[in-house]
Amino acid sequence: MIGYYVELAVHSLRRNKVLTALMVLAIAVGIGASMTTLTIMHLLSGDPLHGRSGQIFYPQLDANPDSKGRQPYDMLDYPSATALWNAHRADRQALVVNSPIKLLAPGTRLPPLMQPMLSTTADFFPMFAVPFRFGRSWSAEDDAAHARVAVISADLNDRLFAGENSVGRTLRLKNSDVRIVGVLAPWRPSPLFYDVRGGRFASGDTASFYGKPEGVITPFSTALEINDGNFQPFTCWSVPATPGHLQNASCVWIALWVQLGDAAKVAAYRQFLDGYVAQQHALGRLTRTDNTRMRSLTEWLDFNGVVPSDVKLQTSLAFAFLAICLCNVVGLLLAKFLRRGGEIGLRRAMGATRRAVFMQCLVEAGVIGVLGGIGGLFLTVLGLWLVRRQPLPYADVVHLDVSMFLVTFLISVGASLLAGLLPAARASLVEPALQLKVL
Amino acid sequence: MQIQPVLAALRRHRIATIVIALEIALACAVLCNACFLIVRRVQAMHVQSGVDEHALGTIKIEGFEGSQANDLNARVTAALRALPGVQSVSSIGAVPFGEPGVIAGVTRDAAGQQFGGVVDFYVAGPGAAKAMGLRLLAGRMPAPDEYMPVTQIVPKEAPILITHVLAEHLWPGENPLDKTIWSMDTHFRVIGVVDHLTIPQPGSGEEKDADWSIVVPAMPGPQFAGKYLLSASPEDLPRVMRDARIAALKTAPDAVLDLEQSRTIDQLRDTFFLSDRVMTGLLIAVIVALLGTTALGIVGLASFWVAQRRRQIGVRRALGATRGDILRYFQIENFLIVTIGIVAGMILAYAINLVLMSIYELPRLPFGYLPIGAVALWILGQLAVLAPALRAASVPPVAAIRSA
Repeated sequence: MIGYYVELAVHSLRRNKVLTALMVLAIAVGIGASMTTLTIMHLLSGDPLHGRSGQIFYPQLDANPDSKGRQPYDMLDYPSATALWNAHRADRQALVVNSPIKLLAPGTRLPPLMQPMLSTTADFFPMFAVPFRFGRSWSAEDDAAHARVAVISADLNDRLFAGENSVGRTLRLKNSDVRIVGVLAPWRPSPLFYDVRGGRFASGDTASFYGKPEGVITPFSTALEINDGNFQPFTCWSVPATPGHLQNASCVWIALWVQLGDAAKVAAYRQFLDGYVAQQHALGRLTRTDNTRMRSLTEWLDFNGVVPSDVKLQTSLAFAFLAICLCNVVGLLLAKFLRRGGEIGLRRAMGATRRAVFMQCLVEAGVIGVLGGIGGLFLTVLGLWLVRRQPLPYADVVHLDVSMFLVTFLISVGASLLAGLLPAARASLVEPALQLKVL
Repeated sequence: MQIQPVLAALRRHRIATIVIALEIALACAVLCNACFLIVRRVQAMHVQSGVDEHALGTIKIEGFEGSQANDLNARVTAALRALPGVQSVSSIGAVPFGEPGVIAGVTRDAAGQQFGGVVDFYVAGPGAAKAMGLRLLAGRMPAPDEYMPVTQIVPKEAPILITHVLAEHLWPGENPLDKTIWSMDTHFRVIGVVDHLTIPQPGSGEEKDADWSIVVPAMPGPQFAGKYLLSASPEDLPRVMRDARIAALKTAPDAVLDLEQSRTIDQLRDTFFLSDRVMTGLLIAVIVALLGTTALGIVGLASFWVAQRRRQIGVRRALGATRGDILRYFQIENFLIVTIGIVAGMILAYAINLVLMSIYELPRLPFGYLPIGAVALWILGQLAVLAPALRAASVPPVAAIRSA
């Protein structure tokens, strides 16, 4: 029966090509706009660690002795960060700090370049499942020994060494030589979650959270030596004595990430964190004992409002636009079905049930939805292509994946069926006798 | 022409009327809010920098040791000054639409109790304030002996220039000259008030106003090096900047020239507002698509109504109604539907605005946008219904005796 209805629907759609084209176009444009923006939302708000983010936590404490008791700072001061890290109370733990550094690859013809350098500890790589192409990460012993080693990104390896295995080669970072021990496989977390902070001060302009990972990664202890004087604080409550040297300054500038396998460990770490603050309070270094936080990675991303407000705004606009397009389709379908009042009356008089008429109309709406979905898919691909050409930090991660491909069709057919409900119901109420008289 | 019969007829097509009115309402709500967002973005993009934008460029060099700074400053400044067409070269800490410079909270008292807000400090070498083209409203520019070396972030106890807006915020209604502010473990005395100077990144961060900036005179040295402000006549500037980048690379071969930041202020401004321009373009595209879709919907439904009422139109024509009467009938009908939509749309517009206010910290939608949206939709409705209405008016009276 459905097959027959589809045939009827196609026949009916062919009869009034302009009206059909208008409806298909309305659905296609609405779907194209909303799916383009929804795909970007989906890509930007996804879990950067694919299901493991529930185990990753971001401890915070209030390091400012003059704290007014608002949110603790987004980063840690040097004594707190290193003390928490040295306690080794988590399954895995990594200190993270960022600094710009001059980089030169001896033996290549490239001029020196400035690169953001990520400095961290050995657990960073297994904790965040960072993939390697060549070599390996450094060890905990390297951390302790301030080893002159580095891991570089696939991008930087392509740029400096044309993608060859560069393990064992030397890089000159500022005035120090470091040995490359590992080269990452292409790795593009979105957002760059371990660098996320300060989102609540960004007024929604958070596109920079979706930038590319740093080119060069060195051990934390090594970086403090080779790039001393070039560290930027997140904020300070008094001016550092030596600019860029922050170990003994009243500044926060280090992030600590911990991995905690189960709820008991999470509770234990919270207790440990509070205990540390209480102990430091007793020693007179910290003033507030009630202002610690330990958000999970997901909570931390939410707290920082990582999805740029422009993207959210575009998505709501696109869906408002889709709603308007659907209103349009409802109106046009209504006109179309009611124009066929005579035909429907005849069918009813010949014994068709209201249900059959309703189903037939709905199938027709569904066919429009499928056609509109195909058009919408083309427009979505076109829209995403346009977004990729924009100079946005996340332009390179924008693509249509299988799930969004299916969602496009589901939304399109669902929307057109929804739009068809009212007109179909109205059409099925046509009284056979009344219509026959005017035929 | 009476409204009563039109209303009576509409009541017979309740669903279709409601659907079209709903579409108009949604369009009205989105239109008002989108226009509001566009105007706000365009206003943000036209922020007054207060500097002589077309005549200024900047060169940034990084990746050198503090111990080389004095030598580098001297060599680079000399090399840039030697370029033909260059009018002045001075050291600078930040430029409008470039990277942020020094940002710090200020207080109006030594104890730090009276918080004055978070402001941007432009550290400026000799000649920079003059080269920027700042307009002095009161007080004076720094004297040659007031440029002191930067010890940590800014010179200690420096005299400063402050913008008119910031002065009014810190000391409402008072004369700001000779007043003192405290920040970064030191204090500053106001010696001059300038008309305008935007912060380097207007619209971002915690600042309440784009003009919350302060100019601090400083002598180039180890903590103040690597960034230079060039001025040239606007015609010469593109060539001067090209030459300046080459000269900087040659003069400091071991350091790294920041290509992103070594550009004219005009280029920096363009880049800075790129995402706003993209968003404005997108909003305009949405408005156009939205109005187009709405118009097509009206055309579609009105055409259907004309076809449906062919016979009635014929009867009315036969009874003496002129073509104008028929035309006006459809126009009034459209006007009524659009009006219902606009009334609902205005309520919806405010509802959407409330949501936007809570999510994006937008101000309340000004009432002025509502009549604009209403008039736009009335005109759109009348234009869209014109073709079907004209077709209706051309129905001959004889159609009355033929079957529909």
